[in-house]
This record gives sequence, structure tokens and C-alpha cells, in this order.
Amino acid sequence: MTFTTQPIGDPSAPLARRNPVAKLAAALLFSLPLISTLDPLTPAIALAVELALLPLFGLRHTILARQVWPLLAAGAGVLITMVLFAADRGGTLLVGLGPFDVTTGVLTTALGLILRLFAIALPGVIVFATTDPTDLADALVQNAKAPARFAIGALAAFRLLPLLNAEWQMLTLARRARGVDAGRNPIAKVRLFGATAFALLVGALRRGGRLAVAMDARGFDSGIARTYARRQTFTGADTLLVVGAIGLAAAVLATTITLGLFRPII
Amino acid sequence: MSKVVLRGFGWRHAGRRAWAVRDVDLRIDHGERVLLLGPSGAGKSTLLAALAGLLPDDSGEQAGTVEIDGRSPADARDRVGIVFQDPQTQLVMARSGDDVAFGLENRGVPAAEIWPRVGDALDRVGFPYPITRSTAALSGGEAQRLALAGVLALRPGLLLLDEPTANLDPAGADLVRDAITRSRDHDTTLILVEHRVAEALPLVDRVVVLEAGGGIRADGTPEMVFTAYGNRLAEEGVWVPGFRISPRKAAAPPTGPPVARAENVTVDQRVHDVSMTADEGEVLAVTGPNGAGKSTFALVLGGLLAPTGGRVSAFGDQRPPHRWRAATLTSRIGSVFQNPEHQFVTSRVADELAVGPRRLGRSADETAGIVDALLQRLRLEKLAAANPYTLSGGEARRLSVATALATAPRLLVLDEPTFGQDRRTWTELVTLLAALRDEGHAIVAVTHDDDFVQTLADRTVSLGRLSRRPS
Amino acid sequence: MATNPNRWRTIDIVIASIVAVAFGVIFWAWGLLWNGPADAIPLPGRAVLYGMWLVPAVLGALIVRKPGAAFYTLTLASLVSVAIGTSWGWTLVVQGPLEALGAELIFAAFAYKVYNLPVALLAGATAGIVASVYDALVWYPGTSWASMRLPYILITAASSLVIAGLGSLLLVRALAQTGVLDRFAAGRSRALV
Ligand SMILES: Nc1ncnc2c1ncn2[C@@H]1O[C@H](COP(=O)(O)OP(=O)(O)OP(=O)(O)O)[C@@H](O)[C@H]1O
Ligand SMILES: Nc1ncnc2c1ncn2[C@@H]1O[C@H](COP(=O)(O)OP(=O)(O)OP(=O)(O)O)[C@@H](O)[C@H]1O
Ligand SMILES: [Mg+2]
Ligand SMILES: [Mg+2]
Repeated sequence: MTFTTQPIGDPSAPLARRNPVAKLAAALLFSLPLISTLDPLTPAIALAVELALLPLFGLRHTILARQVWPLLAAGAGVLITMVLFAADRGGTLLVGLGPFDVTTGVLTTALGLILRLFAIALPGVIVFATTDPTDLADALVQNAKAPARFAIGALAAFRLLPLLNAEWQMLTLARRARGVDAGRNPIAKVRLFGATAFALLVGALRRGGRLAVAMDARGFDSGIARTYARRQTFTGADTLLVVGAIGLAAAVLATTITLGLFRPII
Repeated sequence: MSKVVLRGFGWRHAGRRAWAVRDVDLRIDHGERVLLLGPSGAGKSTLLAALAGLLPDDSGEQAGTVEIDGRSPADARDRVGIVFQDPQTQLVMARSGDDVAFGLENRGVPAAEIWPRVGDALDRVGFPYPITRSTAALSGGEAQRLALAGVLALRPGLLLLDEPTANLDPAGADLVRDAITRSRDHDTTLILVEHRVAEALPLVDRVVVLEAGGGIRADGTPEMVFTAYGNRLAEEGVWVPGFRISPRKAAAPPTGPPVARAENVTVDQRVHDVSMTADEGEVLAVTGPNGAGKSTFALVLGGLLAPTGGRVSAFGDQRPPHRWRAATLTSRIGSVFQNPEHQFVTSRVADELAVGPRRLGRSADETAGIVDALLQRLRLEKLAAANPYTLSGGEARRLSVATALATAPRLLVLDEPTFGQDRRTWTELVTLLAALRDEGHAIVAVTHDDDFVQTLADRTVSLGRLSRRPS
Repeated sequence: MATNPNRWRTIDIVIASIVAVAFGVIFWAWGLLWNGPADAIPLPGRAVLYGMWLVPAVLGALIVRKPGAAFYTLTLASLVSVAIGTSWGWTLVVQGPLEALGAELIFAAFAYKVYNLPVALLAGATAGIVASVYDALVWYPGTSWASMRLPYILITAASSLVIAGLGSLLLVRALAQTGVLDRFAAGRSRALV
């Protein structure tokens, strides 16, 4: 697995171009209200809205599918949990398993939870798939008043992510060169994996120590107010995106409430 | 435009008994250009860090004072620019232009001025790519130039450069030296650390030699220092220009079949079609420009990486080295990586040397004997209990070479075994390798070091630069 | 400049960030384990693995020892894991900071002065409780409290106590041995060479 930290969509698409903070806020404001209900309809509508908006973010469905496959596993986990532990086993009996009866009630709840998982996760995937990390940090500092030193520090650490791959490979080679390998013994394999992972963490921290020195050498902690080489602006269109997200979320919830299907979680 | 004054300066790193530098009294005036010399471990890098205000109180103990324009280095940081030896660790941002702008933002330069200054700095170092170029995709030489640009954009009064051309091919080193020459103006004080004096001399007008135990050995114009102290300095480990080194070539051409043979070895995007043999009793030098694939080839030959094309055979074994068990591999082939830190597996210098012999089943006494002898010869005995990652550049290199020498396998594959060495440790390394060769070991050394090739290599293979898909 | 002991130095920020990035990747791998092979252990039991998700909070605080360390490290770790794509996606952006606050509260209660084993254990367990209560309400509604949610919370708390509390402390000790923490109080107590 190589971690790409660069955007994968078309960066010039109308919504991909919006201010990263606006995208972040919109995604949060749209998806969080979905947590409040258990019915399957709310997340289903939300999911439809999200998929419909996808082209505006310059993302193709196939690209997205590659990003979200781990969600399928999570969905399966939810289904198993519901079958085993559902408190309310109302509705028609489908498969009789004694205490683990599968009923329409159980399946409806499971479906609701699985759809909700997707509906909530997707906006996050969309935001990060269309946002360059540097732009995000810039916007967080300039438009959301995040502390600059922390945002830039996090960004610098994030840049090291792709390098960890190469580092892992070198560590593995180094151990082999020095005569250390696990052979076929699974316990030795786990131990070697652990030792290599620890070495990777140590190496990353060591690199961090040097990076911090290099940053200080270029005046990072000088106490002077920073200026910004890259301007991030929060325009009317960005406000519109955020307001639109709130409006859409309200509309989705209103639909289920009017239809009488809303099932609050508490 | 900066004046530097050190009075009785010393620094002891946290966790160390010995002082890294000591009793340094030095005065450098506005606009002077100084070459700082001294044996490996004499404290050159430490001194530069002190001038840049990068030795935090909590990382050691200071003696004496340092003043830059009458202020402490921590307060004068805005006038000092430093380029470290390893360029990749000093790039902060993901895009090249942003990285140069980083320092300007920190110093509060108005936004409108930033981009013109970035462009100007990149021009001065001859950076060949647009500002959006990813910093992770740069070769060593390119990264070094970008790091230099990031510092020049700040228009420092005092410019500190720590071995800025180590690990660069001759063409890349020329480019960086050009960049330094071009960026130099009469307002900038320059302090340059470089072991290989000859190439650095055109850049400077004064030479200062640090003494290993503390204090300053020599100070003056290059002519003065080298005529007055040339012999003594050469003896003590300084690369004095004009001192020839006597060649140590193999006495007789190799006989018998090669120890290892590479046929049309290819690794996608990294190595293209290399064939060679390694013979007993012979030193083979592998040379070529940065990015030619030398290190990758060394990994393949060392049995650490599988080639995507071609084959490697060694020691008459049916199976190629990358399929061998690790224990078999270490008993036959010893590898030294280009970056010493990639290869350390313990947290003590002595343990690092003991790993190999122990793996080969040597007794505790035997192991201790091997370890002590190597520590002694490579001048690491005082550092036996130190953490390998706290060593100076040259010390770390010697330790990593020593780890391979400790098991004395029949084939040694060494990647840049001599970089960052002073004359004395360099000679010691060459002597050790020559002795192994004369005992019949095969040695393959990847190197940019022309002296090494002239002195020791019996044969040279040169790799060309890959023609690469544009990215 | 460096007079205020609570002010974060550059190295504090960078090291905490790197711990966070590293754990962002571990979270991602742990998520695959949780939804993959570990599916063999049915749910409340699977929570024995849960503590890993809370390690950065305790680890960050034990290394940096400054106000906000637990909060910053775990929050950033969850953001990173969202950015590289975990199965829970986005909601971690809310859950991460909540758990982190749980741990932060404990360190604050000791005025950011005590970083020993009991405090680490307490911080780990508290973060675990916050996390599992959130899960129980948001992700496992409609399941029975007796057979699912309560055991889940208890097992998570125990797992966090051990993995996040004890685990972080041991990891800090091991890291200190390697010398990478020399510029932190946690790493300063090694013999001279
Ligand atoms: N971070 C550190 N912690 C402890 N000791 C250190 C550290 N950095 C350097 N030293 C020690 O201080 C001494 C001087 O190191 P320094 O790096 O300044 O040498 P140098 O003159 O630059 O040598 P070289 O030419 O090999 O680069 C060495 O003995 C080294 O082991
Ligand atoms: N792990 C890797 N994955 C992908 N590409 C790599 C990897 N390591 C090196 N490369 C690329 O392969 C090419 C050859 O690299 P290599 O390090 O072998 O060159 P080299 O001849 O040793 O150069 P130098 O003189 O700078 O050490 C370079 O373009 C490099 O960027
Ligand atoms: Mg040095
Ligand atoms: Mg190389």
C-alpha cells in the first residue's frame, strides 16, 4: 500500500475548487445530522444526494469506489453485530435461529446503520480526495484562525508519510543484510515485524527532530508574525456551499420526519 | 554582513563526556569567506550549529561565548542561513516553490515580495524545474540546490554550509559550487565545511583548521596555512592540496572464476542492463552520475533486491543471492548502504559491530577481539558505548563500513565507503580494504571519490544516466 | 522566548505531529484488522483490540508533557487516518477529539505535572470509556445493553487501560533508550558515554 497524499480528482471542478475550510465545514454539517436517526431512508436520500454531487467535485464513481472498499467490510461487521445483539427483534421472522432470530426489524435497523455508515463516510472521502494538504493547512490558518505553527508542523509531518514506504523497505533490507530474518517461523515473523515497525517509528521521530531544527533554522519559531505566500480566500461561493450543505441536510431530515419514519438514536 | 566572534567557545552534547568542540577563539569579519577544516569528529558541524543558534540549552552544555554582530546566535537567527549535509531532512514543504517561500513567510516578508524573491533565489542556484515540482521527487543534487535556494532567499548576512557537495557527482558538485559563487556578494560572510580542500579553495579567502582535542590548529590565507603547516596538517588528517597518495593496486591480476557475476541486470526505472563480474583479489569501482542506479545495482548484487530483468549468480550457488537465507547471505556477501543510518540495527556502536560475528556463531571472546580491533583502527574506540545515530557524519560512515568488515565475507559491496572522511581515516579505510583484497576478497565499491578510484581500484565500471520517462 | 514552560517548542509540535501521522497509518491498518481477520471474534469481545485507537493521546502527552498534547496528537491522528481513508471515515473527525478530551482531562486534573504509570492508566481508560460510550450511542443503537453495549464499554475501558495506558508508557521507555527523546524530559536520564 502506498499512501497518496495528493488529490485524485480534477482540481478545476466547480466544487473541488472551493476553499478547503468551506468543503470541510460543508461535509461536516451535511453528515453529522445523519447520526441522529436510525431509519434507513434518511441515509439513503443523503447517499443519493452525495453521489449526484460527485461530478461537481470532479470525481468519477470508479475512482471513488477504489477509495471506499474498506467500508464494505465495516458494513458486514455491522450486519453481524445486529444479528447477534439486536435488542428489538420485532417484525416478520425470516430465519429462525433462537436467540439470534433474523427478522425484518433486525434487517431494517442493520440496513439503516450500514447506509448511514456510507452516507457519513463519503463526504470525508470527497473532501480529502479533492483537497491538497498544503491548501488545507493554509486555509485552516487563514480562514479558520487555526494556530499557524501547529498547522504547518502537522503539514510538515504529513509530508513524510510517502517517505515511510521507502524507509520501511530500507529497514527490511538492512536487517537482511545483517543476517536477521525470520525464515518460515511465524512467531519470528511477528517479532521481526514488530522490531521493524519500532525502528520505523524511531527513524521517523529522529527525522522529526532534524526537521524541527531545520525549521527553526529558517525562522519558524522566531516570534515574528508570519505572512502568507499563498492566499486562501473565503468567497461568497464558499459561504453558499456551507449554507447549501445545511439546507440539504435539513431537507433530508425534514423528508423523513414528514413521512413519519424518523427514529432518534436516544 | 555579519561579524562572528567566539571566545573560549566549547560545546558538550548531552549524554557525552567529551567536549565536541572546545577552547575556540575566533573572529571572522564582515564579508570574509572561510573554509573550516579539521579531522572527522573535530566538531565542525557542531560549531556551525552553534553559530546558527541551533544548539538548544537542553541538548548540551556550553562554555565561553558566541556573538554574531554583538548578539547571541539565538537572537541573531534572522541573519544566519545554514545548509546541512543531508538535504532531504531540511526540506519542509511538499512543493519546491513553497519550500523556498517557507523561510520568507516565517520572517514576515510581505506577501507581494515573496514570489519574486523565490524566483530570484531559484534562478541563482540554477534550479531546473517549475516551482510546483514535488520536493520528494528530487535527486540528491537537486535537493541540495533547492535547500541552498531556501537559504539564499532569506539574504543571510552569514551563510553556513556543511559539506554541501558530499554525495554529489562531479557535475552536480560543480553546479552547487557555481551556485555558491554566483550567490556570493560582498555583504555575505561565508563559512564552509568541506573535507576535500582543492575544490573548495576557489570559494574562500581564509582557512581555519580545528584541532581534534580543542582549540584552533591553524588560521590564515590558504597559501600561508598550507605552506607553513602543510606537512603537519596532512599527517593529522587534513586533505592538504598537492599531497599525493601512493596507489595500492593489486599485485597480480585475479585468477580463477569470478565470485559473482551480473548479466544484463535491470530494475525498472532504476537500473538499465548492467553486466559485470566481481573477482577474487580485485577492487572494482562502480562510478556514474547521480541517479544512474549505482546504489540500486549494489543492492541487487548484494542479494537484497530482486532484479526485474537479467540475473545475478554468485559463489557457484544455483539460486540467485536474493533468494538466499539471510544467514547464508551475511556469511558470503557484506553490504554497506549509501546512507549509514539506514543500516544500523542496535543502539550502541560496539553492539553494532558485534551483530555480524555473533550471527556467524563466533565465540564471545572472538567477537570482542574483532570489535576492539576495528574500533581501534577506525578511531571509534572512545565512542564504543555511544548511540550510532549521534555520531558525526564521518564517524557514522566508518562504523557502517566496519560492520561489513567485522564478518569479512568473501564479497564486499560498498556504497560510497569513503565519503566524509578526513585524510587519516580515509587512508585507514583504504589500507583495510587493500589488505582484504590482498587476502583474496572481492570488493565492489560504488563511489564518486576520484582519489579512491585512482588509489585502490583495479578496474572501473561506469553506469550511464537512465533515459527517463518525463514525470 | 522560551520562558513559558507550557509553550510548545517547534520540536514538540513536530514530534507530536509525527506520532500522530504514524498512528494515522496504524489506525488504518488496525481498521483493516478489526473488520477483517478480527471479525472472527464477535463484537463485544473484539473490543480487546480497541485500546490501540487511544494510544496517541497518552503517548503524545507522555512525550511532550504540555497542555493540549493529548488532544492535539489524537485529533491529528484521526484526521490523518480519515485523509488516507479508514472505514469509519469522517466520523472520526468528531470522535477523535472527544476521546482525546477524555485523556486530556486526566492530565489537566494533575496540573500537567504528573506523568507516571497510574496517571497514564487512568488517562487511557478514560479515553476508552468516552470512545466506547460514543460508539454505543452512535454505532450500536438498537443493540441490547446487557449483552452488547455494557460489556463493550467495560472491555474497551480495560483494553485502553492496558494498551493505551501501560503500552504508551512502555513505548516511551523504549523510545527513550534509542535517544530520540533526548530533547524531552521523558528521554533525559541516560548514562554518559
Ligand atoms: N547529537 C549528538 N549527540 C551526541 N554527540 C554528538 C552529537 N552530534 C555530534 N556528536 C559528537 O560530537 C563530536 C563532534 O561531532 P561533529 O559532528 O561536530 O564533527 P565533525 O567535525 O562535523 O565531523 P565529520 O567531519 O565527521 O562530520 C563527535 O565525536 C560526535 O560523535
Ligand atoms: N526505492 C526506490 N523506489 C523507486 N525509485 C527509486 C528508489 N530508490 C531510488 N530510486 C530511483 O532510481 C534511480 C536510481 O537511484 P540510485 O539511488 O540507484 O542512483 P545512484 O546512482 O546511486 O545515485 P547517487 O549517485 O545519487 O547515489 C533514481 O532516479 C532514483 O530516484
Ligand atoms: Mg560534520
Ligand atoms: Mg547512490
